[in-house]
Amino acid sequence: MQTELYTILFFFMLTVALAYPFGRYIARVYAGERSWLDPVFDPLERFFYRLSGVDAKREMRWQEHMKVMLTINAVWFLWAMFVLTNQGWLPWNPDGNPSMTPGLAFHTAISFVVNCNLQHYSGEAGATYFSQIFALMFLQFVSAGTGMAAGAVVFNAMRQRTTLQLGNFYAYFVKSCTRILLPLSFLAAIVLAAEGVPMNLGGGKDQAPGPEGDTVEVSRGPVAGFVAIKQAGTNGGGYYGANSTHPLENPTILTNMLENFLILIIPMAFVFALGFYLKKKRLAFMIFGVMSAGFLLLLAPALIAEMRGNPHLGQMGISQAAGNMEGKELRLGAGLSALWSISTTATSNGSVNAMHDSFMPLGGAMQLLDMMINSLFGGVGVGFLNFYIFIILATFIGGLMVGRTPELLGKKVEAREMKIAMLVALLHPFLILVGTALAAWMAASGAPVAATWLNNPGAHGFSEMLYEFTSASANNGSGFEGLADNNPFWNISTGLALILSRFLPIVGPVAIAGLLAAKQTVPGSAGTLRSDSATFGALVFCIILIIAALAFLPALALGPIAEHFSF
Amino acid sequence: MKEHILPALRLTLVCLAFFSGIYTAAVWGVAQILPNKGRAERLPHENGYYYANVGQAFRSDRYFWPRPSAVGYNAAGSAGSNKGPTNPDYLAVVQTRIDTFLAQHPGIRRAEIPADIVTASGSGLDPHISPQAANVQAGRVAQARGMPVSDVAALVQAHTEKPWLGFVGNTRVNVLRLNLALDQLTNAGPSNQNGLKPG
Repeated sequence: MQTELYTILFFFMLTVALAYPFGRYIARVYAGERSWLDPVFDPLERFFYRLSGVDAKREMRWQEHMKVMLTINAVWFLWAMFVLTNQGWLPWNPDGNPSMTPGLAFHTAISFVVNCNLQHYSGEAGATYFSQIFALMFLQFVSAGTGMAAGAVVFNAMRQRTTLQLGNFYAYFVKSCTRILLPLSFLAAIVLAAEGVPMNLGGGKDQAPGPEGDTVEVSRGPVAGFVAIKQAGTNGGGYYGANSTHPLENPTILTNMLENFLILIIPMAFVFALGFYLKKKRLAFMIFGVMSAGFLLLLAPALIAEMRGNPHLGQMGISQAAGNMEGKELRLGAGLSALWSISTTATSNGSVNAMHDSFMPLGGAMQLLDMMINSLFGGVGVGFLNFYIFIILATFIGGLMVGRTPELLGKKVEAREMKIAMLVALLHPFLILVGTALAAWMAASGAPVAATWLNNPGAHGFSEMLYEFTSASANNGSGFEGLADNNPFWNISTGLALILSRFLPIVGPVAIAGLLAAKQTVPGSAGTLRSDSATFGALVFCIILIIAALAFLPALALGPIAEHFSF
Repeated sequence: MKEHILPALRLTLVCLAFFSGIYTAAVWGVAQILPNKGRAERLPHENGYYYANVGQAFRSDRYFWPRPSAVGYNAAGSAGSNKGPTNPDYLAVVQTRIDTFLAQHPGIRRAEIPADIVTASGSGLDPHISPQAANVQAGRVAQARGMPVSDVAALVQAHTEKPWLGFVGNTRVNVLRLNLALDQLTNAGPSNQNGLKPG
């Protein structure tokens, strides 16, 4: 237990220490400052802009940013739909896997376009080399770039001035991909390949004679490059069905720590980037403090529950020194699996290095709560946007408490902004609770289609449905994978939840930031509630807690909490 | 909206060519100069090679057994059991595994059985077991091979891998490597069928 604790603390501090300078780098990228990488990236980006026929210097208003974003996302969706429904006959399919059904392709295309990567298929048998690389991995790059570009627009809008011009979406998007995601993924992919993650382009399944005379079939492919961006872009969709539990996707403890690092690095660095970009480091520290506190508070119960093991197995008299090992890999162990599970749900990554369905109820509850809050670091770019909504709410409530018009960084927050913020804040519980209620009603009323959904009875079965809608609405992508989810109900319902929960929480904050940027700056006074103070941080933390608790406690009580108290 | 469609299409094509095409080719290219050439860690032997990190089934009494697998060690279809910790069916399965294990390993006490040898891994392809899970099997393997238990235990000891940097991750035994070493020990000489090539 103690060594795990030291490992986790050391890992967390190391990641924060590296996120700080990386955040400075990200801020420089978006501010367009000179860097020593310019000789490489300047020509590359010019090449991108020239071939695409875009003027990357033209400033856009927030409405145009959103139009550009939605248009290009629609193009990506159609491309992915085409590839996935035709992958069977398209080239580069050495395993001879079939095309996806339209329902599954719809769900998969949406899921990867929105940076969620919820998977209702299994990579080995459900995708081809071509679709993995030219549809899924492509979307892992560009969907991450989209989220970060939206974050950059809000950065720009938060600067101290009155303007309608908020930079160029294409430039933010391309730079996010080339200057941030690409170098990180490339370096990580090399390390992964060196540690034994496959990176072959042809051949399909390998047939190796097994030691006992049987034949062992091993699925391979261009895995290393895929896994790197899957982790770095908070995508999370595995090359293999078992994701990063698979010994070829995550073969050693080194790859595990690297992949876990990649989950957190950009979401953490993005917070520091805001501080450097706005030259308001205290604001970044406030946000980082709230996020870290939430993260560690969720990690502790999950860690303890997993390390203690399953009391029911304890009653059988066996040794549980290693903790709860069902669904876990021995080389990684219960402690590091708990760390990963909280990292992946905090950041909307959704990759797993252990099966969440088999976590202890308390561990599952913390994963759910993490996704219900969905802004403790959060997805690349969009995690900050979600947190921005909480900042707006805290500004408003704080303003009411001191009896002044609420102001954020010198801009008055008024009815219009608040309406948008409330809409975004309420969408998340709405999608999760209504979706789960519908599914639970179908399962409980004995609907024939629902007969085979659940892999576990009782409260845990309810948790499987709750987790699926929570994961979809948080654009997370992990699952209680026992749920039989490749069928019309789950493909369509979570597909719709994915679209809404991706684009409204991007358009909402960008709209608020755009509206605020157009307003006159109000000079601060002694009565102004400073947004970079510890008091304000505590207020934001409480608001996150209140909203999450009020909205989700009843649902959690029916699922993991009920299961926990059944021991 | 209309004026954005053409740039969106063109930028999509450029991104496809660059991130799917050039990035993948570059990673593949660099992988070719790595020691394993991007083909995962493999152990060559006379009839080909084994994947060192992919767990495989061992059923014979002469071998150490790996952890239970929800997919029967199918390396072309990985998955875990996804059973919840309070599921009565699941608990019955674990109980059966414990009883079977005890019957197959006389002299082992219940409390000596570590959880990992009676629970399914996440991928169904876990290549490792805990040193304790190897030690409780040592007597059975020694008997099946007509070897002294101390020799088998010493082999387990020699194949116990320490945590990374001394403290990160679990102490573990790679079942495939241990079993290959067993074969080498037993079949040393010209009758070697399955042993590793020297070097």
